[in-house]
Amino acid sequence: MKSLVILGAGTAGTMMANKLHHALNPVEWRITIVDRDNVHYYQPGFLFIPFGLYQPEDVVRPRTDFLPKGVTFIPQEVDRIDGNHDQVILSNGQTLHYEVLVVATGAEVVPEETEGMKAELWYKDIFDFYTFEGSTQLAKKLQNWQGGNLVINLAETLIKCPVAPLEFTFLADAFFEDKGIRDKVNITYVTPLSGAFTKPKATAMLSTLLDEKKIKVVPDFYLARVDNERKVLVSYDEQEVPFDLLVTVPVNKGSKMVERSGLGDEDGLNFMPTDKYTLQAKKFDNVFVIGDATNIPASKAGSVAHFEGEILLENVLSYIQGEALEARFDGHSNCFIETGHGKAALIDFNYETEPLPGKFPWPLLGPMDLLKPTRLNHVGKLAFKWVYWHMLLTGKTLPVPTHMSMSGKIKEETV
Amino acid sequence: METLLTPTLELDKEGYLKNPAQWTPELARDFAAKANIVLTDKHFDVLNWLRAKHAEGVPLTIRKVGASGIVDIKKFYELFPGGPLKVSSKIAGIPKPASCI
Ligand SMILES: Cc1cc2nc3c(=O)[nH]c(=O)nc-3n(C[C@H](O)[C@H](O)[C@H](O)COP(=O)(O)OP(=O)(O)OC[C@H]3O[C@@H](n4cnc5c(N)ncnc54)[C@H](O)[C@@H]3O)c2cc1C
Repeated sequence: MKSLVILGAGTAGTMMANKLHHALNPVEWRITIVDRDNVHYYQPGFLFIPFGLYQPEDVVRPRTDFLPKGVTFIPQEVDRIDGNHDQVILSNGQTLHYEVLVVATGAEVVPEETEGMKAELWYKDIFDFYTFEGSTQLAKKLQNWQGGNLVINLAETLIKCPVAPLEFTFLADAFFEDKGIRDKVNITYVTPLSGAFTKPKATAMLSTLLDEKKIKVVPDFYLARVDNERKVLVSYDEQEVPFDLLVTVPVNKGSKMVERSGLGDEDGLNFMPTDKYTLQAKKFDNVFVIGDATNIPASKAGSVAHFEGEILLENVLSYIQGEALEARFDGHSNCFIETGHGKAALIDFNYETEPLPGKFPWPLLGPMDLLKPTRLNHVGKLAFKWVYWHMLLTGKTLPVPTHMSMSGKIKEETV
Repeated sequence: METLLTPTLELDKEGYLKNPAQWTPELARDFAAKANIVLTDKHFDVLNWLRAKHAEGVPLTIRKVGASGIVDIKKFYELFPGGPLKVSSKIAGIPKPASCI
């Protein structure tokens, strides 16, 4: 019997286990999926927890609830991939041989990368919201916080869900307004990018919103260290930003397993060199990479993992048949941006096309406005949780095309 | 800017050299002078590394330069003040670094 192994049972790994289970002949193929524990977090929900909009129990489910019966789940840390011998070594010493390997070990925050981040003030005045622990600790802190300098900072340019820190900022503004203490809070958004976001049109829209909400932006600030004593952020060129409460997005890295396997990219961030069109690992033909674990120049987001999933399935099947890999990923990314007070904006883009204004033809909820905060987009954002648990993880096809479509979008000449 | 805008040199809207093959050390000195930088050997080590990586098709980030073994991030900022990757890319005659996603 042949063996297909999936590393990581998060968004992408779980989805692929379902898709491959449907597509492969169970007499011929055994599918095994490995993750370190049996707790699946709905990470997009971490954004809402600090403000009491979601409760911790809304975002946690057992991984095995979403894995099909015929797939074997092994709850173990993966030590490393030995690609030369087509095997994976688990931390208990067990080895798994594979004909095809799918790496879906995601990205995680590593506050230890920045001097002074995980020090005296960690989870006292410095919080992340990219982990379950961080977002629930921050919820407690925000309940009683009386105001001062709130600083939101990105420690690195490459982070998963690149709009999440902006969404956090907008939600914080609304949260303090509803509490009646907005006038006691200075909100500053400190980023290593040259503006609020990476793509010009979206940056323009978001900058206007930040202005309206009296949120100060400090661009081109590349964090070198956090001075706990003086409570200031210090950049590599010695700029300083003082804070009372720091909400950080620490450096994001791929799994340590990638480093232990010697398969990381040369920036030391442990993302795996991957063909951006076929999703095949650069180093081994029988290894495929999906989701946040890759080094491809697409957003690290659940929606992207979903679009990649359709491509990966086809290419794995082609590989098994000994055919050329013909399905090509176009970098399609689609995400809602919470802007506070029950509104959200929507962006849709790919490798070649930046987010444009216009309408997005959403088959269930009707046409949604692109690059513009509306109530319907917010409904879409909340609906994503249902879609995530019930459709995305179980590998169902979502009513959104895999490749980006220009339909409804307005190109620059006409705007 | 006559020295730069000779008819054979094509620059993009933001002043980055369109064809990296046209780069010369002299040209680098001209670009650097515009940014008030006097190039040392260390600068050239960085520039050559950037050019080599660009030729390999590797997308560049400040962190990658910091991991290059040639300079750390702190030193990179000292050599090319401001936005070090943008400034050094211009001087190295390679395209403006694509912002990530
Ligand atoms: C705050 C926040 C908000 C977000 N909002 C959105 C949003 O609105 N929309 C959207 O589309 N996306 C959003 N995302 C991003 C989305 O959650 C991720 O892109 C998505 O989960 C990526 O899926 P993945 O399978 O690649 O990684 P993950 O889901 O993170 O799964 C990786 C898995 O690998 C396991 N693993 C890693 N290393 C090992 C090892 N050595 N041994 C065993 N197991 C290992 C981990 O335990 C984990 O379960 C958000 C993320 C965050 C943090």
